[in-house]
Amino acid sequence: MKHPDDERATRAWLLLTAGTLATWGLGAAGLAGPWLAAAVLTIAVAKGRLLVLDFMELRGAPRVWRVVLEGWLLLVGALVLIAYAIGLK
Amino acid sequence: MNANALSPSPAADGVRRLPGDLAIWVFILAEMAAFAVFFAAYAFARAGNVELFDAAQETLDRGAGLANTLLLVTGGWFAAKAVHAARRDRIAAAGRALWLALACGAGFLAVKAMEYADKFAAGVSLSTNTFYLFYFSLTFFHFLHVVLGMAILAILLVRLRGGAYGSHGVLGLETGTAYWHMVDLLWIVLFPLVYVMR
Repeated sequence: MKHPDDERATRAWLLLTAGTLATWGLGAAGLAGPWLAAAVLTIAVAKGRLLVLDFMELRGAPRVWRVVLEGWLLLVGALVLIAYAIGLK
Repeated sequence: MNANALSPSPAADGVRRLPGDLAIWVFILAEMAAFAVFFAAYAFARAGNVELFDAAQETLDRGAGLANTLLLVTGGWFAAKAVHAARRDRIAAAGRALWLALACGAGFLAVKAMEYADKFAAGVSLSTNTFYLFYFSLTFFHFLHVVLGMAILAILLVRLRGGAYGSHGVLGLETGTAYWHMVDLLWIVLFPLVYVMR
C-alpha cells in the first residue's frame, strides 16, 4: 500500500524527469532565441517548485518558507531572463 | 493504524511544520543566495559576450548534462523515500533508499569527472575564456556541494543503522536530506542556464 507522501514524491519525480527530458530535447533540437530561453526557464521554475513542495516537503511547512524558496526561483528566473534580453540588443 | 503519529510528515496532522532543523534552512538560504549571485553573474557576463558564450556552449556535452540532471532528480526521489520509510519504521527500506541516493550522487560525480577530463584533454581550462571560467568555477563549486551532500547521506545511513530514526523521530534525517534536495535544486537551474539556453 502506497503512502500519500510517497505518491506525491513519485509524481514529482515523474514530472521532474519529463521536464528534464523536455529541456534537453529543446536544446538537442538546435533551438535558440528568446522563446527557448523563456521555455527552459519556465520549465526550471516549475521543476524547482515541485522539488521544494514534494521532496523538501515545504508544502506542509509554514507558508513563509514556501514563499522564500519559490520566490528565489522566480527571482533567479527573472534575473536570467533580464540578462538574456539585454544580450539580444 | 497510525504508525506515523509520532513523526508525521509536515501538515499531516493539520499543523504546519518546517521539516528538519531550522539551522539547516538558514544555511540553505545562505547557499542559495550565493548561487543566485553566481547564476546572475553568469547571465550578465553572457549578455556582454553572447557570441563567445554561444560558441563555447556548443562544445559542452549536453547528453552528460541530461544524464546528470536525471541522476540528481532520481537521487532526490530516493532521499525523499528514505524519510517516508523511516517515519513508518521501515528501516531496511530507508537504508536501501539512502544507498540508492548515494549511488546517484556517485554517478553524477563520475559523469562530471569525465566531462572535465574531456575538456582538459582538449586543452580547455579555466583561463581559456570567460565562458569556461564560469563553466568550471560554477560547476566545480556545485560539484563540491554534491560531495558534501554525499558525506551527509553517508552519516545519515550510519545513524539510521544505529536506530537514530524511526516513528519516534526523523528530525536528523529530514535535516540532512534537505541539504541534498538543495544540491538538486541548484542543478535544476544550472542545467538549462549553462547547457541549453542560447
